[in-house]
Amino acid sequence: MNAEIEIQLIAVLTAASCAIPGVFLVLRKMSMTSDSITHTILLGIVLAFFVVKDLSSPFLLIGAAVMGPVTVWLTELLTKTGLLSEDSATGMVFPLLFAIAVILITRYAGTAHLDTDSVLLGELAFAPFDRLIIGGLDMGAKGVYISGALLIVNVVFTAVFYKEILVVSFDPVLASVMGFSPAVMHYGLMGMASLTAVGAYEAVGSVLVTAFMIAPAAAAYLLTEDLKKMLVISVVIGGVCGIAGYQTAAFFEVSIAGAMACWAGGIFLCAVLWSWWRRKQAAKRVIKNIIGKES
Amino acid sequence: MNIFSDHTFLVVSMGSAALGVASGAVGSFAVLRKQSLLGDGVSHAALPGVAAAFLITGIRSSGILLLGALLSGILAALLISVITKCSKVKFDAALAAVMSGFFGLGTVLLTCAQKLPNAAQSGISTFIYGQASAMLEDDVIFITALSAVLIALILIFWKEFKLFCFDRDFSVQSGFSEKKISLLMSFMTVVTVILGIQTVGVVLMSAMLIIPAAAARQWSDRLFANIILAAFFGGLSGVVGALVSGLEQGIPTGPAIVIAASAIAALSLLFAPRRGVVSNFLKRKISRFRLKRSER
Repeated sequence: MNAEIEIQLIAVLTAASCAIPGVFLVLRKMSMTSDSITHTILLGIVLAFFVVKDLSSPFLLIGAAVMGPVTVWLTELLTKTGLLSEDSATGMVFPLLFAIAVILITRYAGTAHLDTDSVLLGELAFAPFDRLIIGGLDMGAKGVYISGALLIVNVVFTAVFYKEILVVSFDPVLASVMGFSPAVMHYGLMGMASLTAVGAYEAVGSVLVTAFMIAPAAAAYLLTEDLKKMLVISVVIGGVCGIAGYQTAAFFEVSIAGAMACWAGGIFLCAVLWSWWRRKQAAKRVIKNIIGKES
Repeated sequence: MNIFSDHTFLVVSMGSAALGVASGAVGSFAVLRKQSLLGDGVSHAALPGVAAAFLITGIRSSGILLLGALLSGILAALLISVITKCSKVKFDAALAAVMSGFFGLGTVLLTCAQKLPNAAQSGISTFIYGQASAMLEDDVIFITALSAVLIALILIFWKEFKLFCFDRDFSVQSGFSEKKISLLMSFMTVVTVILGIQTVGVVLMSAMLIIPAAAARQWSDRLFANIILAAFFGGLSGVVGALVSGLEQGIPTGPAIVIAASAIAALSLLFAPRRGVVSNFLKRKISRFRLKRSER
């Protein structure tokens, strides 16, 4: 496989796997949680680094993945005191955790090649240099396996718990009456979002993970009213962003992740315009019908 | 050496204090309107403006970059309000999608700027992460002047803002334009955020809007007292943050300010009279005790 195809494959797989948890975040009005999680990942990585003292250790990723649900839990703890609204709680927790991470890095880990830049802004163009080598055999870029595994995990999780997620997302009261614990599903979903953010940040940078989670899902939200269709549409939009973004970036020689995020934002805007136009047409039709009946 | 006679420290702490006062006061309204995350969105959305301003002019002067940041921040805020009005997408999703799309555009433009043979591009990314220690006297004057303008705007439109926050229907009934007031408030949020980006950075600026305001909310139920307190907490955390980062090596000012503000907020949430967690707990204990005694 040559580097070009590998990068596009990683781009498509990453964007598609981000789109799945994004759908649930958009439906539960928790879109900004993705922004919050992607920032606090940094603290998870830093804390895990202080424990294992090795930058290539997989424990770093585990630390990062645990930090997502912890962030959500802290936010909810604050909201539950009844003293703050949910958005204020979100806006208080993640800057604090991020600030702690930045101070820890500048104070103690300055020499360890651990910097905020590499977490906040990833670089997809370097992904093919990171090879997976088993028994001296080059098995292809590591990123392909990571993003592929991520997509499979997300698809399987969604397929297995589809019914539960559906009920919990749209009718939490009914869900608890039926015996599903909304809390368990909630933290399951948050864990999935966090894991996805961790898997994706290396390729696209943590800020743009938000773009791939929310923009395709929000576009799909406008295009359909069926959860299954919404999932499929947002995954497809994610995939389109991956390829179109790579081609644009290669043509203009600019950041790949940035170009992908532009496409995601552009598609979202088109969806907004389309739904607005369709609404207007529908309104016109109604008015025509009324006038037609009167005359 | 006495740190209080150190020129750099004085400049940085005065700038941070002015910034804290402005963001505390403006943030109070954002928190009341449940739009506190708008600041976070706007601060990310400022990136393409900064990059584009640099690409077009080729000069790295903070005035031009700030102007670019301001324009793209306002554009993003307008786009978010148009999207939430014209489609069924909720505020949170519109905010997240617009801000991350803008940020993506910003990274694209930044890579364009990096290809320029111009050496001046090297400082652009520090512009985004904020460097309070690089603050100059001119910056402090600029920040203080704009903060004064923002506070003057709050005082001038006091009645309108108050009415709009607490009883929107009545304010529309009374003939105030909902659109104009809402736009003015968003515009003030954007200006505050842009003002602070250079000092505390993109990520942490949103915290400066939210945390002092949320802390102040615990102490009083009156809007005026709330805003005065929020401004005071913001200014205090600015000074404390500058002091800590000045005394200790390797603590950047922006994060230090945020942690100082968070400490104030934590104390407020715990110990504020009437609303605080501790006083609520005690109240519950006392009433339970009374109940038990009356049962006997």
